[in-house]
Amino acid sequence: MEDKKSFNITFYLLILPVLLWLIVLIVLPHIDLFISSFQVDGDNGKVFSFDNYTTFFKNKIYWLTFINTAAYAIGITLLAFVVTFPVAFYLTKVVSRKYASFLSLLLLIPLWIGELVTVYGWMIILGDHGVINESLIYFGIIDKPIHMLYTNISMSIGLLYISMLFMVIPIMTTLESLDDSLIEAASDLGASKWTIFRRIIIPYSMPGITSGGIIVFMLVIGDYVAPDILGGKSSLWFTEQIYNEFLSTFNWGEGAAFGFLLLMISSSIIWAALRISGQKLERVGS
Amino acid sequence: MKKMVVSSVAIATLLAGSLYADSGTLRLITWKGYAPKALVKKFEKETGIKVKVTYSNNEEMIAKLRATRGGGFDLAQPSVDRIRFVQKKFHIYHAIDYSKVNTAQLTKSTVAAAKKISALDGKVYSVPYIYGTTGLIINKKMAPGANDWSDLWNPKYAGHISYRLKRPILIGAAFGMGYNPFALYSNKAAYQKLIDKVTAKLIASKKLVKTYWTSGDTQKALVRNGDVFVESGWDAIGWQVHDANKNIDFVCPKSGALGWIDTFAIPAKSKNIEGAYKWINFILQPKNAAYVTNKSSYMTVSKDATKYLSNEIKTNYNRSYSKADIDNIKWYDALPSGFAAIEAKALDKIKAAQ
Repeated sequence: MEDKKSFNITFYLLILPVLLWLIVLIVLPHIDLFISSFQVDGDNGKVFSFDNYTTFFKNKIYWLTFINTAAYAIGITLLAFVVTFPVAFYLTKVVSRKYASFLSLLLLIPLWIGELVTVYGWMIILGDHGVINESLIYFGIIDKPIHMLYTNISMSIGLLYISMLFMVIPIMTTLESLDDSLIEAASDLGASKWTIFRRIIIPYSMPGITSGGIIVFMLVIGDYVAPDILGGKSSLWFTEQIYNEFLSTFNWGEGAAFGFLLLMISSSIIWAALRISGQKLERVGS
Repeated sequence: MKKMVVSSVAIATLLAGSLYADSGTLRLITWKGYAPKALVKKFEKETGIKVKVTYSNNEEMIAKLRATRGGGFDLAQPSVDRIRFVQKKFHIYHAIDYSKVNTAQLTKSTVAAAKKISALDGKVYSVPYIYGTTGLIINKKMAPGANDWSDLWNPKYAGHISYRLKRPILIGAAFGMGYNPFALYSNKAAYQKLIDKVTAKLIASKKLVKTYWTSGDTQKALVRNGDVFVESGWDAIGWQVHDANKNIDFVCPKSGALGWIDTFAIPAKSKNIEGAYKWINFILQPKNAAYVTNKSSYMTVSKDATKYLSNEIKTNYNRSYSKADIDNIKWYDALPSGFAAIEAKALDKIKAAQ
């Protein structure tokens, strides 16, 4: 009896921090935000209203920004797949195990540095007097710097760089479990490289691709730093509008509504993408 | 077992509590450069009060105080024009007891301005600390003729123009177009109309802009590396760049530089009001105030600080401000509530325009 009791206490003690963390830092603030997203200033304090949500649909500037943000996020997710799949394949199937772990460690380095510093790094590389322009001028390829920083291109490069890793790792995990003999058998039976890639490798790694895709899409659509610092004079990101609602106009209700709209619409985009590609969320990441 | 848990929880709470219940600390939320380390040490030595400094800006400062309903800090430093509507709506400050402020060491005009602009229902909510202007930083070699807000849309400097896409550019552009936006603070509809006009102007001239700067550092970098010839900027930043490159300098726009005053305000749940007044009176002592100004180039409201200012600071000031320029400074008036939303929407529109 005594033993069982102390087990219970330890159990609750261990679960307590997790529960506190979840409830105090995640659940309660969300409930609070959700309530305030339905509140507007009335004559005598707060009044219940749907105005915060209808504002989004009534003003072209808001939903256009959202569409723009979502389109970029989808594009960057696809790009991340195209760029990282060969890397993941090379690291798991081509290079010898000895170097593979060392090389994947190298891949992780940007994660240790933190987003802000990597973004500043790209400023140094892409600037008018940055590494690329200066070396192109030095070698006489161009005589005037190409304007790369503060454009949608520099913003996309930054976002791609930040999120790429979250695509590589899930794909690598699924590819690792792919039995090489499947590929050998297919090639013995006369399948071309393209067929093997299309019929065996891609379907097999689909769960990894999907979970990588979800993470990258969510990271990019919810990012603030890269669009703010690397973005140009026209790259307004939806998160910047949320930030403005909270910090510039002090309209927390509107900001909260925008936050929930971002959560809901981006979740539905993912849901739609899963439906279209015939994937199931339960299989993802397994 | 249970007893141990209870007592350890109790000890932990006690420990955590003692960190905050200590009245010998002053939690200050301020701007970079406003509370230099040397002065913090000196203050701690003189009074025994420990100072904990947090760096911030207007928007964050207000958001933080609003989230805690005026708690978490014992002294804050918002700009004077951002106090009244915030206080009216969120009640996050204590009124200032001017009998506890050593006003003898302050310039009369700035005290009067701070009192007037931050007054609400007969009470005053701020003590002035540092002031400066937003005007133009100009590369005189590349843009010798530039001297007004309207040069921010002068096609002559196409591709070499920059400004921050925040409130000051709307106000500056309005003055550059020949209007006085502060005169419309009593008429929301007219103000909306004016901001619409400014928005149209800034969208039409967007192609001339190299980029919108976002911080003191980007502001400095853009004109220093030769990318930008004409930009909106702060006097202190202009002078810092001037030290490195004599062609570049801060210039008061013909239609008026925009004057701001940063102040002291006491949050409603301040736990060390006495300490807050001690800090205010300490940092505004002529020698201490001069130390801040010599280090940061920001102008102080401390009256006799001029005696201790370095020559460099004095020449900078005299070079950029003629008597007429000073008389023509447009001091920010308290922003009425609801106006911030008009401006924010205009800024979004400009940013989203192609």
